[in-house]
This record gives sequence, C-alpha cells and structure tokens, in this order.
Amino acid sequence: MATRVVVDPITRIEGHLRVEAMLDDRNRIQDAMSSGTMWRGIEVILQGRDPRDAWAFCERICGVCTTVHALASVRCVENSLGITVPKNADIIRNIMFLTQMVQDHVVHFYHLHALDWVDVVSALKADPVATAALAAKVSPTWGLASEGYFRDVAVTLKKFVDSGQLGIFQNAYWGHPAYKLPPEANLMAVAHYLEALKWQKELVKIHTVFGGKNPHPNYLVGGIAAAISMQGDNAINMERLNLISGLIDQAADVVENMYVPDLLAIASFYPEWTTCGGGLGNYMVYGDLPQNGIGDVSKFRFPRGVILNKNLNEVLPLDLTDSEQVQEEISHSWYKYPEGKTSLHPWDGVTEANYTGPDLPYKQLDETKAYSWLKAPRWKGNAVEVGPLARMLVGYASGKP
Amino acid sequence: MGLSSVALPKVVSALETKPRLPVIWLHGLECTCCSESFIRSSHPIAQDIVLNMISLDYDDTLQAAAGEQVEEIRKKVMKDYKGQYLLAVEGNAPTKAGGAYCTINGQSFLSILQETAADAKAIIAWGSCASHGCVQNAKPNPTGAEPVKKLITGKPIINVPGCPPIADVMTGVLAYILTFDQLPELDRAGRPKMFYGQRIHDKCYRRPFFDAGQFVEEWDDEGAKKGWCLYKMGCKGPTTYNSCSTVKWNNGTSFPIQSGHPCIGCSEENFWDNGPFYERLSNIPVPGIDSTPDKIGELLTIGTGIGVAGHMAWQLAQRKPNPARQPAEKHDE
Repeated sequence: MATRVVVDPITRIEGHLRVEAMLDDRNRIQDAMSSGTMWRGIEVILQGRDPRDAWAFCERICGVCTTVHALASVRCVENSLGITVPKNADIIRNIMFLTQMVQDHVVHFYHLHALDWVDVVSALKADPVATAALAAKVSPTWGLASEGYFRDVAVTLKKFVDSGQLGIFQNAYWGHPAYKLPPEANLMAVAHYLEALKWQKELVKIHTVFGGKNPHPNYLVGGIAAAISMQGDNAINMERLNLISGLIDQAADVVENMYVPDLLAIASFYPEWTTCGGGLGNYMVYGDLPQNGIGDVSKFRFPRGVILNKNLNEVLPLDLTDSEQVQEEISHSWYKYPEGKTSLHPWDGVTEANYTGPDLPYKQLDETKAYSWLKAPRWKGNAVEVGPLARMLVGYASGKP
Repeated sequence: MGLSSVALPKVVSALETKPRLPVIWLHGLECTCCSESFIRSSHPIAQDIVLNMISLDYDDTLQAAAGEQVEEIRKKVMKDYKGQYLLAVEGNAPTKAGGAYCTINGQSFLSILQETAADAKAIIAWGSCASHGCVQNAKPNPTGAEPVKKLITGKPIINVPGCPPIADVMTGVLAYILTFDQLPELDRAGRPKMFYGQRIHDKCYRRPFFDAGQFVEEWDDEGAKKGWCLYKMGCKGPTTYNSCSTVKWNNGTSFPIQSGHPCIGCSEENFWDNGPFYERLSNIPVPGIDSTPDKIGELLTIGTGIGVAGHMAWQLAQRKPNPARQPAEKHDE
C-alpha cells in the first residue's frame, strides 16, 4: 500500500514550505505536492497606496532575494506612468541585480543546499595534508589551500563538535551512506562554507553604496536615489566606485576559483542525481539585464522566452501584455477568483484568501483539492517552471548563455 | 557599552569560555530579512556567533535537519533547557482563519509561538515584524498579524525593530546578554537603549544642512549632489529611533541617507501606514529648533520601568539551577 512521507518544515529555504510525497511499495515516489504554508496578503495591503511607495512593500516579499521584487515594482510603476529612467539608473540597477544574483547563488550552494551533499561530521576524520592536496587539484587558482589553513578549520570544527552542542547541525543524517564525499572533500567544503559566509557580507556592500543598506536596499521610481558626482565628496564618486570595483573583482575570484570548482567536484560524486527529477520540462522567462532600457527586449542580456517539453531547439516568443499568455492559476490554491475562474492574467489579478484546507492541527493535505498559498504560473495554459534553471535554459537555447 | 577597564577582560572571558546559550529561532509571517541581516554581521562575524557564542539549536533557515527532526529538536530544547533558553522570533503570527495563514508541520505558528514562549527565559523580537507588526500588519492587515508583545505576556521581551535591524545591532544585543548575563536596558517600547536611544536625525552627518536650511529639492539637483538634507524629500530621520547614522550598515559602509534616499522610518511602529514615504513630515519647523520631535522623544522615555522589570526577570531566571550540559550528539564515526 502506498505510504505518504511528509516533510514540514522544509528547511534551508526562505519562507514556509511543506512537501508530501506518495511512495509505492518499493519506496519510489509516485506523486508529490508542495505547499506554501504562509500568506501575508501584500497584494491586498498595496491597494490604495502611493505608487512611489509600492517598491518597499513588494521588496518585503523576500529578504533572501532582497532587491528583485523592489526592482520589478519600480519597473511596473514606471511602465504604468510611461517613465523612462536615465541610462545610469539602468546600469546601477543591473549591478544591484547581479550583486544579488551572485551572492544568492553562492549562499544557496554553501549554506543552504550543500548540507544535503556534505557530511559535516565526516570532515573530522580528514587529513589536513591530504585535504590541501585535494584542494590544489580541485582549484589550483584558489589561494586559501594550505595544510595549516585546513588544520585550523579542523580544529575549529572539532572544538565545536566536542562541545556537545551541535546547534544548527544537530539531529541530521550525518554518517548516512547517501553522503558520498570522502572526509577530505567534506573538510574542504566545510572550510569553504565558512569562507563563503565571511565573503557574502562583503559583496552586498554594493547594495549599501547604491541603496543605503542590505538587506532591503532603497529603490526609487524614476531612477536611483543615490546621486553621482565625480567632483563631490558626498555622493557616488571615485572612492565609492573603487569600492564597488574591488568587490566585483573579489566576487569573480570567489565564483571562478572556489564556487564553480567546488560545485563540479562535489557533483562528480553524485552522478546518479542527474538522472532523476526533471520537473515539468516547460520553462518561462521574462528576461532581464536591459542594455538599452527595459522597453528594448532584444537587448536583454538574459533573453525572454518560453521552452515547452524540453525542446531546446525552439524558444517561443512571450508577450507579457497578452492576457491569454501569462496567467496565475489557483485551482490548487487557497484563493477565490470571480465568476468561478481559476486562471487570470496578472493585470486582472485578484488575491482573495479562501482557506478550505483541514482544520488545524492537521496531519496531511488533500492533493485533489486546494493545498497551497502559492499561485502557479501558466503560459497559454501550460504549467511552466520559472526561476534560475528556466533563465539558464532559455539563455542557452537562445544562443545567449 | 560604557565598559570599565575591569569589565573588558570579563567580556573576553565570557565570550570564550561559557557553555553556549541555547537559542530557538522561530520564523512566522516574515521575509527572512532579519536572518539575512544577522549573517551580515561584521563584528562578531556569523561564524563566531553560531560556533562559539550561542547554540543555535532551531532555525529553519540555516539548520541541516528538516521536518520531524527539527520539531524533535524544538521539543527537546524546551524540555532539557526549561526556563533557560532564549527564544528569538522573526516575523509575527496571524490570528485570523484559525491560524491557517502560517503553519509549520500542520500546526499554527501562533500555537507554536505560545508553546515555545511558555518556558523561554526571555524573548528577542527580531525586526519590525516581531516588534511592531511590520508590512503584513499594515492596513487592512488581512491576516490579523500581531507582534509578539500583543500575543505573549509574562516574559521579558526585547524588541529589536528595523526592516531588518542592523546586523551589528542584532549581534550587539546578543553579545551584551551573553557577556553580562543580563538583558540590556530597554526603553518604553522595549528597545535596547544602547541602539535605539536617539533619533537618526540627532546623529545624522547631514544635520548641519538641516540647521542651515540647505535641502535637496529634486533627486538630481545640486543639493542632491552635495549631499544636503533630505527632509523635504520625506526623510523620517527626525522621528526614527535607530543606529543607522552611527553604527551604519554593512560594516559601516553607508546608510540610507548617506546613499541619498530619505529614511523611511522602518524601525518605528506603523511606519508603513504613516506614509507616503516621499511626503515631508509636516509638523517639524524648518529650519530651527525641532520642538515637536523632542516632545515625541519625551513620550518615548517615559516608563523605563518596563525595561527594569525585564532586567529583573532575567536575573530571577538565573537563580534556578543550571541544567546538565546537553549530552553529545550521537553520530556515526
């Protein structure tokens, strides 16, 4: 008989997520549902507000991907009012967007996702000399790779584990055979977990220069608030630009010489994971990084388009203004649309909460009914995946990787 | 912190040698900006806090375990460290729809908050969500989101507002508690005086321009390029209590006003509903002596009694016998 496995909370993500997986008698997943278990109603709160303020409300949708919802919001308001922002504002917004993207990829890998592949406790058995040799092989161009460096990390880790208080690392699956890395690779990954933790707070200073703070830097309808004055000492000047330039160089070093080599090295121990999953095979991307204003989609560095059925030979054109193309679907979400509709274009969007799930506390949800606070994206009626994988694939298929 | 020469070795010793304080960090209706801010701390850095200063036993953003395993941890800490653990709350709880607007493991966040608070030694309300309600509590507050102080009574609560709070303020509050084994002095709003004692305006490096009547009038005018006062662009610095203009953000790199954007007052109660952000505060004489904000200041300093009461509650909890140290986690060697 089928069994149901519930994981709630899913940890190491932003927000509240629950997954229920249905297994067959050989413990293989036959069906699964993911449920967003939180709703705040920011769409409802925004109604009637000054549109100049909207970015700040939208930005608070997520503090991990801080900045992107604010950017989308100011663009919406500018689009509604027919505002074209100055070239410098587009450049600064692109730099802020990329800062977030790079920081988030590295943090997601080391601090969130890696603990599913890296056995922190196994690292205690590593030989620092062998770890240094491994690190030199994985990335000969990354500076922090001496025997002494890894010995220091091992001592820090041993002291922590010996304290008996494992904190965020307690009650996990350490020692489980599904962890495939040798102790030296685990020690190297733990060292880089700590290295990336130190580094991520540096890169975001780019947001602080342009937006005054991070998380949640300030945006402005019509441009960017930070004034630029090459002859002044109280605005963006050469000193500020040098700070940013140095941080970008540092980020390139981290990504090229630590993050990507680690990713490839760790992935090489888990080849079987590339053969399962795969999702829907439909991908939708709005595109970004305008080089000639947000109105000129042909000059986006991240192109716009749709891929259906994993067909990388064809990128379908996407028209955001066509009410029959992009829609938000609610047939499995706890919302109500007017006139019994289940799918609406965002311009016609309605957010009326309508909880019809089980009384609390509950043990399981019903996948045949509404089960989530998340709406689901559709393109011409097709369920589509959006996000970083979609962005990469549409870029690849468009010849702009 | 006003440290004497005698106290300094105490700081060093306290941070290095004490068994680490168990912390349960709950997430309700929130965006995780507080956790993100926390890991931006530059002194001390996040690594030192998590490995050497506290035992961050439950935090669904960072912890390795998931699902039932983490709920086990929460219940174990509540039992093994009854009355001795610190509860950190990020976000707040919806009170409408029977709590269905935020659930963890099928349980309402409201009930999780209440049961975890019951045996906590003290509660830190991180950020404006937990302290005041923040964005989801703005009108019309569709989920009935309420901050910790409206839902929990009988426990010392430290409010550390801001959206998010400054990283080094968050870790500064924690380090103070660990070092001196007491809660910091709080103001009437339950905020640590050491970081929320003065208005941003009082300490703003652009204050001389305010006093001289030199204001930015347009985003790209000469005043903007010269870094004049942003009051006319809507700056809420004159009514906002926070450390942005002293501690600044991201290891002192800048703060909103320095980067040319008016303060939106994100550490103040109801700041979302007190906008629009770009309308100037109407009740401050310009330029001159800002008597109206001073009156607000007087109101805020009334009743430090609450802060004193919180301080005493921590000391009373301290007299209980300490639980045995948590046994070492089992793991396959």
